[in-house]
Amino acid sequence: MSVADTPRAVSAEGVLCTHCGLPVPAALVAPEPPQFCCSGCQMAYQVLHDAGLERYYDMSERRNLAVAATGRAYDEFDHEAFQQLWVRTRVDGLRETDLYLEGVHCASCVWLVERTPIAVPGVASAELDLSRGIVRLAWDPETATLASAARFLDTLGYRPHPFRGARADALRRKEDREALVMIGVAGAISMNVMLAAVAIYSGWGPGGMEGAFMRYFRWISMVLSVPTMIWPARPFFVGALSSLRTRTFHMDVPIAIALGGAFAHGVVNTFADSGPIYFDGVVTLVFLLLCGRFLQTRAQRAAVDSSELMHSLSPSIARVVENGEVREVPAEALVPGMILEVRHGDALAGDGVVDEGHSEIDKALLTGESVPQAVGPGDPVFAGTINRGATLRVRVERAGEESRVGQILREVERSASRRAPVVRTADKLAGRFVAAVLVLAAITLWRWYAIDPTRAMDNAIALMIATCPCALALATPLAITVAIGRAARRGILVKGGDALESLARPGVMVLDKTGTLTQGRSTLAEWQGPDDARARVLGLERHSSHPLAAGFAAAWPDMTPAESADVRSTIGGGLEGRAGGRDLVIGSPAFVLSRAADPEGLAAAGADRTLTPVLVAEDGVVVGRAAFGDALRSDAAESLAALRARGWKLRLLSGDAPAVVESVGERLGFAPADCRGGASPEDKLAEIEALSGSGTVVMVGDGVNDAAAIARADVGVGVKGGAEACLAAADVFLARSGLAPLVELTTGAARSLGIIRLGITISILYNVLGVALAYLGYINPLVAAIMMPTSSVTVVWIAWRGRTFDEATR
Amino acid sequence: MTVIYIVLPLALLVVFAAVLAYVWAARSGQFDDTKTPAIRPLIDDDGTRKPD
Repeated sequence: MSVADTPRAVSAEGVLCTHCGLPVPAALVAPEPPQFCCSGCQMAYQVLHDAGLERYYDMSERRNLAVAATGRAYDEFDHEAFQQLWVRTRVDGLRETDLYLEGVHCASCVWLVERTPIAVPGVASAELDLSRGIVRLAWDPETATLASAARFLDTLGYRPHPFRGARADALRRKEDREALVMIGVAGAISMNVMLAAVAIYSGWGPGGMEGAFMRYFRWISMVLSVPTMIWPARPFFVGALSSLRTRTFHMDVPIAIALGGAFAHGVVNTFADSGPIYFDGVVTLVFLLLCGRFLQTRAQRAAVDSSELMHSLSPSIARVVENGEVREVPAEALVPGMILEVRHGDALAGDGVVDEGHSEIDKALLTGESVPQAVGPGDPVFAGTINRGATLRVRVERAGEESRVGQILREVERSASRRAPVVRTADKLAGRFVAAVLVLAAITLWRWYAIDPTRAMDNAIALMIATCPCALALATPLAITVAIGRAARRGILVKGGDALESLARPGVMVLDKTGTLTQGRSTLAEWQGPDDARARVLGLERHSSHPLAAGFAAAWPDMTPAESADVRSTIGGGLEGRAGGRDLVIGSPAFVLSRAADPEGLAAAGADRTLTPVLVAEDGVVVGRAAFGDALRSDAAESLAALRARGWKLRLLSGDAPAVVESVGERLGFAPADCRGGASPEDKLAEIEALSGSGTVVMVGDGVNDAAAIARADVGVGVKGGAEACLAAADVFLARSGLAPLVELTTGAARSLGIIRLGITISILYNVLGVALAYLGYINPLVAAIMMPTSSVTVVWIAWRGRTFDEATR
Repeated sequence: MTVIYIVLPLALLVVFAAVLAYVWAARSGQFDDTKTPAIRPLIDDDGTRKPD
């Protein structure tokens, strides 16, 4: 969680930060501008000023996020092993690498990131891909280092990580380009064959067309269609062949039969100079099928990308102790048995056991628990967790993919690929449809053979073409694309159409507690004690980076902290020092009671056991008691009630202590049986797996600890403020805070499915009409020419006008 | 109307050229990132320092 997510004290005068535009806390307001809300913003301003990049502040759209620079040196980026893994040397002697940047999202980010060469001499170019947050840096190894560029980006709040998916990315990029080429070629051909078809159809009308011209257009159509059949349509034939060879029935088979059959008969009819030619239908079908597949592949890819981004986010550096010396090495170079030095604020690079030292570990990544836990020699610690206290030495037991985080990430990938077949709904529908048409055509052939053998073949194939599934192929993707676009404007980002389809029917929704139903940070819930002690408490807490210190600051924003001195902190205990002329002790009851008397019995006060108590003692006597808890989101109760009313079964699943989870569940109307606390990431995944099969399973969460469950669920939803990696694993990301968008999502999804069904029904009605006419032998090319575009236009209109996500969706 | 025997192949030649141009564009990566390049020209870069 970055600094930007912690509550910021609002100043009375409404002074705004010059850099990020957020309110400046009263204590930090300067006599005159520039004003800064935090040291991170001040640093970023200074760097931009020195580099002559003040034009950034003229931009109308800037990111209004306080800068949360890590201040790291990024020395490992220049390490030999790192360079070997991630850096390429170009032919012109420059070095090049791809970095994943956290937090890039608007035009000003593009401008700023691409100005890196101006600020960091020796960097030749920086090119940002905004939608994926990946920057390609090129630099001269003689005059610049990668670490200096990384430090510059970090100062501005764009935390750089090596982009670990670069190799797979290059491969997929090539596939993408080839798919686009095929779509373009198939599209160009289909448009031109359609033009010829218009001429042919209108030539059939009264007045007619001379036979020579008719023949000419038919030949032109055939010549144009041949390239489609041998190039863009190839995947269908190859797929059908391999499916026949392996004897697994595949939707490519009916598609290939229809394409091949219609094309062959068209060729025969062209040479015979009689009967329909079908080329227009065949090439358009190829074009539409390719479009549909491309869009679906892209949706699927988002899921795969996510796990790669997560790999990018795990720490890239580790400090290894060898022969008494500390060396920085890339995390990839870790092997079991090494001793790591983990300093304050560092993330662990591998799983292991504490060898030396006492500290507090923030396990939020794995458990979602917001309060750090004390560890000492012999305690197990895990990769990805963060050291919040003193320096530790850790003996590595498992590193990289073997670590617990690595296992979770692998599970995310596995789930993503397992779910892939569901995505191809449109293909499945088209395949079934084509199979049905083939059966009907066979019946027509057989019936007409008995009546008039000369017209049997023509009528059968006329039926196949009159039922060209253009409208059907369009209905689903179009409705979904429009719905996804509207949802995005309402702050709901949906990554794939299958998520909307699944959400349309109520099922089981599993909700994470911390950060999803609650705000995910410690807020002061109770305070008993003298008012004047508050300023002294703030004075002492100013020296602490503990989450509870931020909780005090957020609770009393207008209070000016008292002068403080001699502040000492004890890991797992609290703070001691002088503030406002008194000796203060603040911390856990055990810590404070060992140093002060408690005549009023404040330690035993407070009824709610789910809150974290903190005692305050002044000059050896306990005078105050504070209790911290994680506050519920304001719209949680209302939104959950709305979801229940829509038929969703809700369950609560959290890594937090069972008592806390039950108390929260009770307040929100969960039955005790539906609440589960103390769940590890693996437990969450198991729970989702156990639920699957009983209708749609939706997982709503915010942390990396939910990521595997989110990826495994039918639909994974990430909420605002969650870990970037978890949001990437989700099918749906709610960019508006609170739970109201979740209600909107289910309503919008149900409406979208309704529109899809309406579109499919109408296009099938058109087709049934076509089948009836063809079967009875009434098919007339003019009628077909009018019916085909009319059905497509109707379906497009329905998808466009349909109400899915809009202001009134509540 | 016989002019169509010449005009149509000519038109198809133009289409062929357009398709070739498209294939080149797709293969050389013009469509790899469709978001960022649209933003770049919105911010003009006339000298990096603001006139005081």
